[in-house]
Amino acid sequence: MAQVKGKKAGFGAVLWDYLTTVDHKKIAILYLIAGGFFFALGGIEAMLIRAQLAIPNNDFLSAGLFNEVITMHGTTMIFLAAMPLLFAFMNAVVPLQIGARDVAFPFLNSLGVWLFIFGGIFLNLSWFLGGAPDAGWTSYASLSIASPGHGIDFYAVGLQIAGAGTLISGINFATTIITMRAPGMTYMRMPLFTWTTLVAAILIVFAFPPLTIGVFLMIFDRMFGSNFFIVEAGGNTIIWEHLFWIFGHPEVYILILPAFGMFSEIFSVFSRKRLFGYSAMVFATVLIGFFGFMVWAHHMFTVGLGPTANAIFALATMAIAVPTGIKIFNWIATIWGGSIEFTTPMLYALAFIPSFVMGGVTGIMQAAAPADYQYHDSYFIVAHFHYVIVGGVVFALLAGLHFYWPIMTGTMLSEKLGKLEMVIFFIGFHCTFLIQHWLGLWGMPRRVFTYLDGQGYNAANMISSIGAALMAVAVIILLINIIKTLVKNEKVGRDPWGDGRTLEWSLPIPAPYYNFAQTPLIRGIDVLALEKEEGDGTIPSAGPVEPIHMPNNSFIPFMISLGLFIAGFGALYFASGKPWAIDAVADLPVRPWALYVLIAGLAITFISMGVRSWKDDLGYYITKEELEADLRELEARERGAN
Amino acid sequence: MAEMRYNVPNDQWPVHPEKATLEGRNKFVGFWTFLAGETVLFASLFATYLALKDQVPSQDHLVAAELYHLELAFVMTMFLLTSSLTSVFAVYHMRNNNFGKMQLWLGITVLLGAGFLALEIYEFVEYVSIGHTFRSSAFGSAFYFLIGTHGFHVIVGLIWITLLIIRNANRGLSVYTAAKVNTASLYWHFIDVVWVFIFTIVYLLGVL
Ligand code: HEM
Ligand SMILES: [Cu+2]
Repeated sequence: MAQVKGKKAGFGAVLWDYLTTVDHKKIAILYLIAGGFFFALGGIEAMLIRAQLAIPNNDFLSAGLFNEVITMHGTTMIFLAAMPLLFAFMNAVVPLQIGARDVAFPFLNSLGVWLFIFGGIFLNLSWFLGGAPDAGWTSYASLSIASPGHGIDFYAVGLQIAGAGTLISGINFATTIITMRAPGMTYMRMPLFTWTTLVAAILIVFAFPPLTIGVFLMIFDRMFGSNFFIVEAGGNTIIWEHLFWIFGHPEVYILILPAFGMFSEIFSVFSRKRLFGYSAMVFATVLIGFFGFMVWAHHMFTVGLGPTANAIFALATMAIAVPTGIKIFNWIATIWGGSIEFTTPMLYALAFIPSFVMGGVTGIMQAAAPADYQYHDSYFIVAHFHYVIVGGVVFALLAGLHFYWPIMTGTMLSEKLGKLEMVIFFIGFHCTFLIQHWLGLWGMPRRVFTYLDGQGYNAANMISSIGAALMAVAVIILLINIIKTLVKNEKVGRDPWGDGRTLEWSLPIPAPYYNFAQTPLIRGIDVLALEKEEGDGTIPSAGPVEPIHMPNNSFIPFMISLGLFIAGFGALYFASGKPWAIDAVADLPVRPWALYVLIAGLAITFISMGVRSWKDDLGYYITKEELEADLRELEARERGAN
Repeated sequence: MAEMRYNVPNDQWPVHPEKATLEGRNKFVGFWTFLAGETVLFASLFATYLALKDQVPSQDHLVAAELYHLELAFVMTMFLLTSSLTSVFAVYHMRNNNFGKMQLWLGITVLLGAGFLALEIYEFVEYVSIGHTFRSSAFGSAFYFLIGTHGFHVIVGLIWITLLIIRNANRGLSVYTAAKVNTASLYWHFIDVVWVFIFTIVYLLGVL
């Protein structure tokens, strides 16, 4: 129907297509662009932090602005960069990996991406509307209740909107992987990236609601006069810490598990071997997901929960190292004896092992509760989580970008520039964060905007800042690579790495909008490698060419998200100057129009939802004739290319 | 064009019409996943409530034991539990392709739910009039947030089922509308189960 098929569609048509699309491959592009934008924004904030800390007694950023910058750096990177970029790869790859024509809920997929984009914009508009949030990405209640202006409210409402999108996407991917697998794609034949996506999606479903509640408590306290965190009225700020970390620790596994999944694929493709210990890998993934919910209080050892609680959480935390260790050894065994090809993704994967292990080791050190009294809130913690998040998640995102780029765009990034980028990023990363372990042990607290001369911190901070600049250089090389590749626009054919093992590499590039003309039949693990070994690499079909049922495009997800975005402003300014709000908000000027904005925004959202529910949306069919014509055209194209 | 037929003739009406299509099956699994998330949502609310129960700024604030009336909570429970039963009847008639009876039982479900909601509003008005409000204490905030979130779910459920009754009135039953009705009834059961916990943890434990 509304598929833009023409080769030279006008800009308006393309824009409208992306605003209304429900195709997982196009939604992947939306996630990639928006996530990449926020990654750049978070990166600029990181550069500001390291510029401020490069020398002692610096006044490049004021103390207040510094707090805003570190808060927005953390919040942006976790919620608006890392997770959406992972969603980009999940959208691009997972349906193709399991032989599905789309995700289970294409409409909700589009709703998820637009909620994320509008939530992200909302959060970042705080910079222009009276100041950004400044209580850290963890936004502990004792700080956030006292924070002046609307900064924290932007954080709270923005995260609520973006978080709703994430929850929806989590439900969508869990359902997709459970119900949409092709015949023969049993659970124990699913590629590891699909498995880790499934577990991460389930973690999202269980981890985001506590954040939703925590953030609501904060919204109500700051803006609507409740007393959850107001100690004088019987409130308790520790509730926030619990709710935040019950979300927060699973969140780090939501990030790292899909990263593990991507590395598993990359190791096996570029070692030209089956993944070693597949079932142990699956088991370890599930176990990590399960344990992930029982360790949140390791972020709260110094709160004073008591020795019993601390001991239990310390032990549970250390236990997670076991399944993680299983994974590390399996990756090493996968490389062992393989015929290794040192491509950019493989280089990142190889660099990931030692880097991530170092982060794991410091994690175990922190898990020892008494020792953590020393490490807590020092630069040691900053070093730990950057080792796992950058050395794990960001390496995976960069590796995945190079690896899956052909599937997403039909072109191939330059390997020469890619390797240069990888080497510089790797050096910059260790240069920035290795030294921070010592800074922490020497006593430098985290989240301070400057430090005095003569404490022995000068050289280490300078080294760290130089490393950060190197990482920025690497990212710029990546951008140049991307632009050059897009301008050249040299199309590649099927299986561009030559060693693809899983179903997504069996498809023509670009994949047709219905993905599979015939439902594939999966005969084993690493199905493409199997069919290459036992035949010519064609995937058998589970049935004849039949009409395909497709979902309609829709503008409603955009409208629902836009409505919430508008309502967010209404709610925020409605509280300004109200006597019941927290002092910091009650002092602001009253905005009489705010209530109308709130009502208008909610009306847009609810009317859009009503329209969606009222109309029958039965989709449309691609006829057998259209499909056969497509297949003939594809055959001619591929013969022409050879 | 072998289009999927949503309007199945009576003699081919499937045993589980709500799961007869791929969309229906997806909806079923997806909605259960959503309910898993909702469970954690309410668990967080219960935890917050228990942490802040009876936490008031001074002696002259009312606490749980002085506030709650088990009689009222019991009548509310009866309303909601019965409405769960009537929604089961509605789904039963949906499976038998009996559109009229399905609509009837859905209507009764809505009426019972509205009765529950009216009693809840009465309870809130009563509490506010004796000084127990959302803003009076941390206990008040936690109480209204927990019960209010449940009440909000009831309102959403009532609007949802009402809209379904109206929108389906001249569409009749098909495997497409069956999936919609089944999802709404799952949601309604969930609201009911949550209320059972509220009755036990808030009201029963509150007066003990
Ligand atoms: C072997 C596995 C791991 C263990 C034992 C571990 C342990 C810990 C502990 C005990 C802390 C709290 C330290 C403190 O604040 O005093 C911590 C902080 C942190 N960890 Fe880990 N960790 C592990 C893996 C990871 C992974 C895989 C990630 C992310 C992908 C991660 C991200 C973080 C973050 C973001 C923080 C700091 C949060 C903050 O205070 O801002 N950790 N870790
Ligand atoms: Cu943790």
